[in-house]
Amino acid sequence: MVEDSTSDVLRAPLTLEYPFTRTTGPVVGGFLTGLREGMVLGAKRADGTVMCPPLEYDPITSDAITELVEIGQSGTVTTWTWNGEPRKQQPFGQPFAWAMITLDGADTPMLHGVFVEGPDDMSTGMRVTVQWREEREGHIADIAGFVPEGQE
Amino acid sequence: MRDIAVVASMQRQEPSIDNESEVEYMVPLMHGVKESIGITQADVGFTCSGSSDFIAGQAFSFVMTVDGANPVPPISESHVEMDGAWALYEAWVKMQMGEVDIALIYGYSKSSGGSLRDVLATQMDPYYVAPLWPDAFAIEALAARQMIESGKVSLERLAEVASRSREHAANNPHAVRTAQKSVADIMAESPIMDPLRPSDIPASADGGCALILAAGDRAKELCERPAWIKGIDHRTDAHTLGVRDLTTSMSARIAGEKAGVGNDKVDFAELYAPFTTSEVLLTDALGLGDDTVINPSGGTLGAHTMMASGLIRIAEAAQRITNGDGDRAVATAGSGPNLQQNLVCVLEGE
Amino acid sequence: MGYQQDPKVKPAGLSGEVSLPAALADVELVQAVRTPAAIDYIATPGASLSAYLRGMKQKKILGDVCPVTGQVFCPPRGVSPVSGQRTTEMVEVADQGYVESFNVTRLPIKSRPDLKPPYVSAWVVPDGSSTGSIALVAGIEPEEVRMGMRVKAVWKPDDELEESAANILHWEPTGEPDVVLEDLRVIGNPDGTAGGAQ
Repeated sequence: MVEDSTSDVLRAPLTLEYPFTRTTGPVVGGFLTGLREGMVLGAKRADGTVMCPPLEYDPITSDAITELVEIGQSGTVTTWTWNGEPRKQQPFGQPFAWAMITLDGADTPMLHGVFVEGPDDMSTGMRVTVQWREEREGHIADIAGFVPEGQE
Repeated sequence: MRDIAVVASMQRQEPSIDNESEVEYMVPLMHGVKESIGITQADVGFTCSGSSDFIAGQAFSFVMTVDGANPVPPISESHVEMDGAWALYEAWVKMQMGEVDIALIYGYSKSSGGSLRDVLATQMDPYYVAPLWPDAFAIEALAARQMIESGKVSLERLAEVASRSREHAANNPHAVRTAQKSVADIMAESPIMDPLRPSDIPASADGGCALILAAGDRAKELCERPAWIKGIDHRTDAHTLGVRDLTTSMSARIAGEKAGVGNDKVDFAELYAPFTTSEVLLTDALGLGDDTVINPSGGTLGAHTMMASGLIRIAEAAQRITNGDGDRAVATAGSGPNLQQNLVCVLEGE
Repeated sequence: MGYQQDPKVKPAGLSGEVSLPAALADVELVQAVRTPAAIDYIATPGASLSAYLRGMKQKKILGDVCPVTGQVFCPPRGVSPVSGQRTTEMVEVADQGYVESFNVTRLPIKSRPDLKPPYVSAWVVPDGSSTGSIALVAGIEPEEVRMGMRVKAVWKPDDELEESAANILHWEPTGEPDVVLEDLRVIGNPDGTAGGAQ
């Protein structure tokens, strides 16, 4: 506890840690296995569309997902924002853009980071490509981020 | 259905409450609201609260405030890890069962001890999204850009929402963001999370709200003009952002239809709209027109106490009806990324 | 009798196989993922607990007085659970008291490497307090600790004192005769007075 210099309030730093390991199940585990092996997988839905990242159940029909298929590693930005000051826990380590990205072969967008110089380099509709982390373990951050297509 | 009304409420919101713990500042509200209508905890058949451990930084944090509800001898009590508006819903359902005539509801948080926008990243999908730690402003900014680029709203319209909220907040003693800003001033602000500007984001506060529901004749005894709950419903959208259309709120639209928002003219609406974009989303989804005054309190752009702000919307709307400022109001509460969950409550005076 | 699930019925989704691209046929499937989270806060303890912590720095243990029943709650929370009222008065309780209950821990705890098993965690009620709190008891073999045993606080050296409950290293036996627990307080008894051995 330390005395606040401007008032008589006591303050103490407190860090809560949750050292969780979560079991994945076959769908999430399948997707993360794909990432570890340098592939992006999507969930095939009954209507033929593909959801990436895959959920265990189709949120519209509640059907269980039974098939994961490989999809493209490039895609289109559907919306974005600029994260100028990386926040402590974020795995990107540099300023980046958040973006929703619909990968080629998928029908739903996924959230990830895009590495560009600044917000002026971002636009909805731009094409981006996966940049893989060298050491991969089966984790969403095995994708280090995305870069503009042609700059990989 | 039993007739159930809001008969009293009390709130406190400040930029930060440093020298009191949650229970220390909630007890005066929990007692004050009962004293204001001359009842004690012995008259209360059910007590229900909403709060969040992740904001408090403490497991089972709600048990601390239960002491203030006077649980000796033991009381009938419940808690939701949601905004206090969902505690109100639970109490309303319990009252519909006919076992309880009076309920005490409260919601609170002291989010100033942490970084709320980062804490809220923990509510995201734990496999695909939370490990990337997108903060709450970033998640809303993604929806805001889609709304703007699809032509659903303009930056000017958002600035108008922000400017009008500040104007209304100036008349609300509980608001924490009351400095006046013109639309031009807001248009000149640099984005805090592109395209969201400082005036587009919620005005974070510590605090809470306590509220009393009463049924039938008891409500009439306790309050000269009770605010009767004529409809209440809550709905949730899918959790995964990628399968939702972020430029519209299906959950709010359906909850509004079920609650009967469109059955008659709405004099005013207190909307849980933490961002200017959320207000546009909700007025659209609820079909509110120009004849409805939106957020006369200044809304959550005037003061946003996480876990209480939805309950405060109901309290604000009810208070205005009790005061005779209008006859029919809509209040909403929300939760989750991009308002994944929405609760809609229609209140009427007689 | 209420509803019972038919044991022959298995939830459909759990039995379904998920097919993967052929390229992944021979690799080991990911079964688990690390999702550690650490969240930083600045804790502010509130008025009553702040006074308690400042008292600790002076080697004084403070409790809250219930404005209705006069019971003393230590450590204080600023509210009396018995009356539901905000407390308005604080009193000093003794740094001596008795063991109301205890346990012996024989396994190490990861977050407290300083605690060497076996050690005794006890519910210690200071004299003048109506409630106890968790505390370490040392200076005695675990097998000899008793409910009702009289104990006193062992404080850190004066130059190490801070606004912390950790100023009390542990409690140790005073050697006085044990108290008879049945004679003492009853939790939640609105007629109860400030309990503890007088």
